[in-house]
Parts: sequence; structure tokens; C-alpha cells
Amino acid sequence: MLDSKIPAGKLEEKWTDYKGHCKLVNPANKRKLEIIIVGTGLAGASAAASLGELGYKVKAFCFQDSPRRAHSIAAQGGINAAKNYQNDGDSVFRLFYDTVKGGDYRAREANVHRLAEVSVNIIDQCVAQGVPFAREYGGLLNNRSFGGTQVKRTFYAAGQTGQQLLIGAYQALERQVALGNVTMYSRHEMLDVVMVDGKARGIIARNLVNGELERHFGHAVLLCTGGYGNVFYLSTNAMGSNVTAAWKAHKKGATFANPCFTQIHPTCIPVSGDHQSKLTLMSESLRNDGRIWVPKQKGDKRKANDIPEEERDYYLERRYPAFGNLVPRDVASRAAKERCDAGYGVGTTGQAVYLDFKYNLINKYGKTEAGKLGIENPDIETLMRLGKEVVKEEYGNLFDMYEKITGENPYEVPMRIYPAVHYTMGGLWVDYELMTNIKGLYCLGEANFSDHGANRLGASALMQGLADGYFVIPYTIGNYLADEIATKPIPTTHEAFEQTEKAVADRINTLMNIKGKQTVESFHKRLGKIIWEYCGMSRNAAGLTHAIAEVQALKKEFWSDVRIPGGINEMNPELDKAGRVADFIELGELMCKDALNRNESCGGHFREESQTAEGEAERKDDEFAYVAAWEYKGESDWQLHKEQLNFEVAKPTQRSYK
Amino acid sequence: MEHYSMNLTLKVWRQKNKDSKGAFETYPVKNISSEMSFLEMIDVLNEELIREGKDPIAFDHDCREGICGMCSMYINGRPHGPWQQNTTCQLHMRAYKDGDTIVIEPWRANAFPVLKDLVVDRSSFDRIIQAGGYISVNTGSAVDANAVPVEKDNADAAFAAAACIGCGACVAACKNSSALLFVSAKVSHLALLPQGGPERKSRAMNMVAQMDKEGFGSCTNTGACEAVCPKGISIENIARLNREYMMAGAGSDK
Repeated sequence: MLDSKIPAGKLEEKWTDYKGHCKLVNPANKRKLEIIIVGTGLAGASAAASLGELGYKVKAFCFQDSPRRAHSIAAQGGINAAKNYQNDGDSVFRLFYDTVKGGDYRAREANVHRLAEVSVNIIDQCVAQGVPFAREYGGLLNNRSFGGTQVKRTFYAAGQTGQQLLIGAYQALERQVALGNVTMYSRHEMLDVVMVDGKARGIIARNLVNGELERHFGHAVLLCTGGYGNVFYLSTNAMGSNVTAAWKAHKKGATFANPCFTQIHPTCIPVSGDHQSKLTLMSESLRNDGRIWVPKQKGDKRKANDIPEEERDYYLERRYPAFGNLVPRDVASRAAKERCDAGYGVGTTGQAVYLDFKYNLINKYGKTEAGKLGIENPDIETLMRLGKEVVKEEYGNLFDMYEKITGENPYEVPMRIYPAVHYTMGGLWVDYELMTNIKGLYCLGEANFSDHGANRLGASALMQGLADGYFVIPYTIGNYLADEIATKPIPTTHEAFEQTEKAVADRINTLMNIKGKQTVESFHKRLGKIIWEYCGMSRNAAGLTHAIAEVQALKKEFWSDVRIPGGINEMNPELDKAGRVADFIELGELMCKDALNRNESCGGHFREESQTAEGEAERKDDEFAYVAAWEYKGESDWQLHKEQLNFEVAKPTQRSYK
Repeated sequence: MEHYSMNLTLKVWRQKNKDSKGAFETYPVKNISSEMSFLEMIDVLNEELIREGKDPIAFDHDCREGICGMCSMYINGRPHGPWQQNTTCQLHMRAYKDGDTIVIEPWRANAFPVLKDLVVDRSSFDRIIQAGGYISVNTGSAVDANAVPVEKDNADAAFAAAACIGCGACVAACKNSSALLFVSAKVSHLALLPQGGPERKSRAMNMVAQMDKEGFGSCTNTGACEAVCPKGISIENIARLNREYMMAGAGSDK
């Protein structure tokens, strides 16, 4: 059932070879072909702009009030590219290898190699668009390092890299809107895929301002709708981030791959109370300059600055001397949890560790700056002052954000941080061309499963989103649409559109007519607690089995007791949210089933039953070197399909960062 | 930091839709923690309203970390509330004390019509970008990223202008509802970079023309926009836009 369509030949020649042989659509025919793009983050906006430039007729949809709001905008640290501008030994191969290894050997080699190849073009494209990356005094681009690698290959714009890249893609998109190649539908939410003769031929979307359902035809449909981290309720995702578009496609037959692969990011601002609506990330790039520690003494209640150096446990540096504070995210998160569970956590809840900048403020930046200024024997205060100026330029917005949320000044006292849900590696299964197993239905960016295996390396999400949109889909979609040039636009009066719209309308009516007692938000919070508890940083068979039953019970309760105020034909954010939460509940069950099936530890998926004597994750390559792609069969019923992963170049080894 | 809880009185603008007339409604809220964000306080109120069978307050919000630009509340006469360089979503309740009254309105501007309660339509900003807020470069045709060095000071200044989140606070604060800070930030961002050079003239002319067409007012240099901008976009950008605009007008051969 699952044909990954990986081209034959040597790994490094596959993509070049593919591009040389894929079918093309001539410019006159492109104008007759319509493409629907759902979501306008990095993947969606870059795809819409690029396909519009090529001459296709594009319709783009987003639920926000403007395409510029998509949550790619919140990415902080940077974007990787194998430019080797630093002359520190980087190459396409190393970026490929780091990504496969970082993903704990659960990604497809061919996809990852292509990603590494096009990474260099992304930076060129973004600079040409006017993305103001950080630069050196000589006028050339600067780089920083990120976790899981030993080279500096991350391009950045302070702590706002995602914002700058998205604005670049957004502007390219708006240019195509002005030229008439793209029609933009803001405040619209896709609520189903329309299938005609086994192919995706359009969508049903709801206008979120007046509540009307709309039918839109497309020769192909692209889902660029991001990740499903909000299944946990608390995550670093935006409030509106949701799985609905991908889930509707899943229920129409698209398989959902590796749903249990979720990334818990090690450095986020800890939860402060039950009122909490979301969590805020502190960029991984801060681990370049911040050292993570907890007190050596259990339950030490002294203030951070009162704890002397020799009584601090820099546990990442202790456990992983080779990578230290720059171990990959999954490793850093589990290590923080281990210390907190063992009673060494800090702050009022004990669910936090310190991220301390003082050492590098003084020794790394302070001393360098003092050297530049020719200050001999500078005192600590001078070094701190000089160091602060540099850090402010690198991450000033993050330090400000931390202070606004917590009321504490991180230049003076260490940040308190704790892991939080950040990214989902799982998503709709796609082949090498980014097509799902439904013909004509594509999935790009975080919404697909393809490139990050069981753990994504930092600064690789932006890279993948833009790779898919700017440099992959413009080629691969032609290979499909070349055979569709004779297909006339299907009128939206076609019965497939009528029936799909009716099913969507019926579901909305059902939801509105429950008229129960509990709010949508309260169900979402309860779902999040179940998933976080049993399918979070650490998982076991008994817990997952229990969680599946709990989620099923929650689903029943939701469909009999949810209360949605207002009406259907008006702006009604509670109704929008209700549909999303209903989908999250179903996804939550599948995540637990996938986690239960995968009785090994790999990347972000840690099964307590499968660990080494030292408590590190233990993979079982003989049994689980496959992509778990789940086919929806009916309520609470899925069939597992396996895509075997073959590693011809990056041979799996036990990951070691020691 | 000492945590405390407080009781407050909210006066919130309620408006059913674009065509109906709105009015203020008063809501008491109790036991609000100083650690909550302002929007979490609204969440608490909305949960109560739903339980009481009433219509919750509609407001725009998404990232809740100060970068998407979607949140847009006019709080006690100031866009995004009392803190400097801050968005509504990052305002925290420790800015208030027990017994305070807080008045919450939508952005008010002809070019930002109210859709419901505190939600406004800011698509006019997208149309201004469509008029020229980009560099015309197609995917795939770029030269190597390091082929054109950019002076660090210019790159930094371009970044500072590009940090605009398009929230519209500048418009809401301006007595004339001018969008000049928004437009000038984009014109500056692109004019400061060599890549933006070829389209400098047409960009400034076209974006300003679109701004006028959308019904934004004119700039009288009061600086209210800069004072409330959550990203600290400098009014110097307006001076730069004026120079760009004059240069474009003088040198235009179109």
C-alpha cells in the first residue's frame, strides 16, 4: 500500500536525477491547473509563492486574519544550511548525517539528503528576498551553533529568525496575490477534503467571519497546516494551531505516520498555575551560552546566586562531556526530568532547572570585548557589563520576553526552565514527492512525517518548511499535474462536493445541539493532562493502555456534554475550537496506540521498558526500523502499515553524545 | 516576586457584528492571579460567561508570545496596555492591583472595521504589502547569499525595521489613524538592503498610494505610534520614508 517512490541510484544523485527526469507542465497548461494550499506558514507561504510564480492558479487558506500570523513566525533560534561559510568542516553530507543520527535512525535517508542539498539554496533565496540575517562587520553572514552538531551552520536573525523568514515568504506570497496568481482566503478553516474518483479534488472550508461553508475545487490539494502539539493543551504552539486539516485527510484515507513522535523541548518557561494557556520557549540557541544546572543537594531552597560553584551539578556537562549543554533536545529534556523527579528541581514547584548565563557573560563575551577594547585586568562588573551588551544583541528579545512573563531579570539571576511540548515529528505519511497515499493530496512542512525521524534537531524545522515549499513541491507536483492537463475544473455542484459539504454541516449541527454543561476548553485541558501524563516524556505499556481507555471515555463525555455558545452563521471562536478539540481527542487515542505498539525507545519516544543500564534510550532496530503508518478503519479502529527503513549510508549505531 | 490575587471590574466593548451598534458591558472578575497573562484573565471570564449561558467575548489572539501580531486590545486608552514595548498577550496581571477598573476596546480606525467585539479587520495592511512591500525575486534565481556583502549597521537597521509585527497599534494610537509607521518600517527594511534597491522608488510611491486608498489618515508627527509600538519601531523610519518618497517623486520617469 505504501510506495515511498524513492528514486534508484546513489544517495547523493537521487534528487538531481529525479529533477532531470520528472514530468514537466508547459506554461500554457499551468494556467489551467488549480492548486489549493491550506496553511500559510513557511511551507504553505513558500509553496504558494513559488507555485504562483510558476503560473499555476493558486488558492491559499489560513484561519488567522492574515497569512503573516502563521506560527512559523514564533521560531526563534535559526535555520540550518550546509554552507560551510565558517570553514569548520561542514558539508551536505554532514548535515544529512547529523539529521539522520539526531532523528535516531527513524527518518528516510533519501528525503533527508535532499533536505541537506537544498538547504544552501534556501539561504540564497531568503537573502535575495531581503531577510535581514545577522552579519559580521565585514558584511558577510554570521552563524551560531545548535544542539546535536559540532559545526556552526545555523543562520539567524537575533531570536526572531522564524519571523524574518515568514515575513520573507509572506511578502513573496502577497506579491503573487497582487499579480493575480494567488487568491488569498484569510479567516477560513478547511473542514474536509473532497474526493472525486479516488483523487483529492477540493476542500470544504468554513468562513470564520460569517460561518458559511464554501466549496473550492483544485486539481491538487496541499496541506501545510503545521504540527499537532496542542493535543497536549499546553505547548509552545499558538492557540489556534490544530490537527483538523490533517485529521480530516486521515479520515478520508491518508495514513498518519509515527503519531507518537513528539518533541519535548528542554528549555521553556515552567508552568506557573492552572490558569496557564500556553508555554513559551526559550530558544535552544541559549544553550550555546547558558549552562544548565541544579543544586547538588536535594531540596536546596537557597537562591540560585547564593549557591556556590562547587555545590552546583552541571548535569549535562557531567553526563555528556563531548556535547555538554548542546546535546539534542530529547536527551536534554529527559535529563532535566530525571533530576526533577529525583528531587533536585528548583523553583516553587520543584519542576524546573537553572539555565545560567553568568559564566559565559564574563568569560566568553566579557573577556573578548575587554580584549578588543584593550582593557587590562578588567573587574567582574566591567566584564558583566561588556558581556551583557553582546548577549543583548544575540538574544535580547528572549531575555525581555522571559522578564515579562516571570518578572525576573535573567541577566542577573539564572532562568528557570523546564521541558515543554514543542514540535511533532509525526504527521501525514508522504512519499518522496510529498504526496500522501491519496492521489493529488500533498503534505508539506511540520504536518508531514518525513524528515526528522524520532527527534528533530534544532534549526531544522524552518529548513524543512522552506525546502518543501520553495524547492521540492515545485518539481514534484509537476510530475502529477502533467497527467492532469486534460482534467477540466470540476464544478462545485458535483455530488462529491454536495455530499462532503453536507457531512461537514451535519457535524457542526450535531456539535451545536449537544447543549451540555462543560466548556470546550475544559475538555481540552483534561485531554492534555492525560496525554502529557501517559504519552509525554516517558511512556510504558500499562500507562498507555490506561490512557487509551481514558481518552475513549473523554470522547464519549465530550459528545454528550459539551456546551458551545452562540450560533453557526456568525463569528464563533468556541465553535471553531470545539471542532478542533474533537479531532485532537481522536488523535490522542491514536498517539497512545502508536506509542504502545512501538516497544522501543528512540528519539523523543522513551519507553521505560527499553533503556540501557545507564538509563539511556535503547532502540530495537531489528523490530522497529520502520515507519508506522496508521490507516483509519472506523471509530477507534486503525490498521498498521509498515514502511521498512533502509540505511545504506548512515548505518545505525547507538546514539552517543558522551 | 510576590504573587497576589485581585478582584477587578472590566468594561468591555461588545458588538455583535460589523453592521450592528456596539456598547460597553461591565463584568466583575474575581480571584485573578498576578501571575496570569491579561488574555488568560479574559479566558477565565469567558469560561464563566459560557457556563452562565452568555456569549463569550470575541478577541483576536494566537501565538501568545508577542510575535504573531494578532492580539489587539485597546486597554485603558492605550493599545496593548500600560507596559512599554509590549503586546496584549504578554501583559501580565501584576500590572494591576485589587479593585482596579479596566476598559477594553477594539482598535478604532476606519480602515480597521470591527467584525465582532474586540476583533477588527486588518486586511488593509495586507493590501498595502501587496502594493509593493516585497522584493521581486522568483524562487531559484538568487545568487549566493554571501555574494553581496551588506554593511552590518544597515543590516541591523533593516532588521530593527523588519521586526514590525503588523498588529496595528500604531494606527490605533494615532489621532488621525495614520498607518505611516507600519508603511515606513517596511519601506525602510527593504530600502536599507542592497537587494531592495532596484524597486525603491516604485515601492515607496505605491505603498503610500495604497495606504491613502485604504482610508488611513495623514501623519502629523505626534509620535504616538512610536510610543505604543510593541516592537519599538522608531519614528526615524517615517523620516526615511519621507526622503524615499520625495526622491521617488523627483526622479520618477513613470
